[in-house]
Amino acid sequence: MTAPATRSDLSPSPRLTRLPGLGMIDGTFLTLAIGAAILWFAPVGMGRYGTYVLSLWLVMSIAVMGLNLTLGYAGLKSLAQAAFMGLGAYTTAILTTKFGISWYAAFALSGLLTFAVGILLGFPALRVKAHYLAFVTLAFSTLIWLILRNEQWLTGGVFGISNINRPDFFGIKLFGALEFHRFVVVVTFILAVALWWLIRSPWGRAFTALRENPIRAASLGIDTRAYTLLAFAIGSAYAGFAGALYAPLVEFIDPSPFSLSQSFFLLLMVVAGGAGYLLGPFVGALLGVVLPEWLRFAGSLYLIIFAAIVMLLLIACPQGVSGLMERGWAKITGKRGDAR
Amino acid sequence: MNQVLEVSNLHKAFGGIKAVNGVSFSVNEGEILGIIGPNGCGKSTLFNCILGQLEPTEGSVKLDGLDVTNMRPSELNRLGVSRTFQLLQVFPELSVRENLILAGQEHEGSMLSRLFGARDAGLTEKAEQMIGFFKLGHLADAKAGGLSYGQQKLLDAAMAFMAGPRLVLLDEPAGGVNLTMLGDLKERLRAINAEQGATFVVIEHNMDFVMSLCSRVIVLAEGKVLAEGTPAEVRADPAVIEAYLGH
Repeated sequence: MTAPATRSDLSPSPRLTRLPGLGMIDGTFLTLAIGAAILWFAPVGMGRYGTYVLSLWLVMSIAVMGLNLTLGYAGLKSLAQAAFMGLGAYTTAILTTKFGISWYAAFALSGLLTFAVGILLGFPALRVKAHYLAFVTLAFSTLIWLILRNEQWLTGGVFGISNINRPDFFGIKLFGALEFHRFVVVVTFILAVALWWLIRSPWGRAFTALRENPIRAASLGIDTRAYTLLAFAIGSAYAGFAGALYAPLVEFIDPSPFSLSQSFFLLLMVVAGGAGYLLGPFVGALLGVVLPEWLRFAGSLYLIIFAAIVMLLLIACPQGVSGLMERGWAKITGKRGDAR
Repeated sequence: MNQVLEVSNLHKAFGGIKAVNGVSFSVNEGEILGIIGPNGCGKSTLFNCILGQLEPTEGSVKLDGLDVTNMRPSELNRLGVSRTFQLLQVFPELSVRENLILAGQEHEGSMLSRLFGARDAGLTEKAEQMIGFFKLGHLADAKAGGLSYGQQKLLDAAMAFMAGPRLVLLDEPAGGVNLTMLGDLKERLRAINAEQGATFVVIEHNMDFVMSLCSRVIVLAEGKVLAEGTPAEVRADPAVIEAYLGH
């Protein structure tokens, strides 16, 4: 499941686009910045639904980014990313609608709560790796879904929570689809840059070591327990952040988007986009969120076509679209590319 | 002379099989101690028990007089104990330089400083020195997984020395390495021992390598110490000849 995730973002110099005077900036950062600028203007003339799909793509990208850290970089298999997203979405919805707390505080608390739950849930992963965590997260996913559906006094049960307000931004109302989309672009950009920073730091190197060879990593002084917990908790917090944005985006939430099948779908997005590639989640979420929209002309067949495309992609390139792009780039330039 | 490592009455049983059966020995500061013995005699299990990768059934391990029995490998490493493995244990998707930086990064600063500090944890220069020292200069940017077996063995050893350890346990460092590289490796180990005063414990089957590198040799058989002495004494020991070296 774990792709080899060759990562030039860890290599000190040769493949980086270093700009004089801007030291730390590289090709990945530039791609994120240019992408954010394009997405700022992209919805112009697209209408409400088109804008909503673009925003949804970015929100899902945040959740996939978190899972990419957990799985793609640190090699930990989690089946609860959608449950963490649900935890974030419901925390934000409950705090803003029932307690009148500002969205920004709710956003931070959603991240903190999912981080803390991630730490607690990560402990079993320290005993036996890989499969144990997968089973624990499987159980957690089911538990969260049952709570969301059955604890009607808190979550509204199957009726969900409606009238979730969108936040203001320094007095600017974000009620319109375009305004909120631009807000989502900014938040996504900040979270993507934070992850870019993390992955390039010694922490990112330690996460990779955890994935590739935890025994050797421990023998080199790497605290595998701390890094395992951190990778899982930070990845879960990203799902919490995604949920905190998702709730005001859709303005109504119920348990269905946070089920186990959605967690599998997020896993699919990580792998299809390219596990261990920093930009992979955007590609994966594009495949998962936007491609089905483009295939709607095929009527009821669109999900079958979508599944077939993903299967063919993974047969042709198990490293996902990012891996495919890297291979293509390597052929063009005759050396390893910087597709991440 | 200071005793760096003291192993006392160490036992490790897997069910009914006693892989290590009451082994005791000590290693002095600056010494290069060899451990030899037939396959399955418990050499690697002994290493894994000393290094906290396996929990000994009985016995103790002391580092500079401090009881480190069952201490976690990462903590032991940060106390200055490093190791190489019998099978290749490099990080194949990272470059040679990144492997070396990784091998040293946890020895500097705190978790937070590693998140917000320099990407290379200030170790690029040290990594370049190790790359030069182990003659891997032309491979610094190559992915470790693409290196030859012998080159990966050199990298594995270089990683063990990256943080300037006091005690290094080398598990079959010469296994599968060609004669030229073997000479290089031996020369490097001797230089580190002489210049930095690092103490080594070496498990090895290559008798020429052990006998020419080590000042003292312990022979294990069936989980017990069969003999101990200088290379010449061990080579002449009838029990060792019978059990391991052959006539």
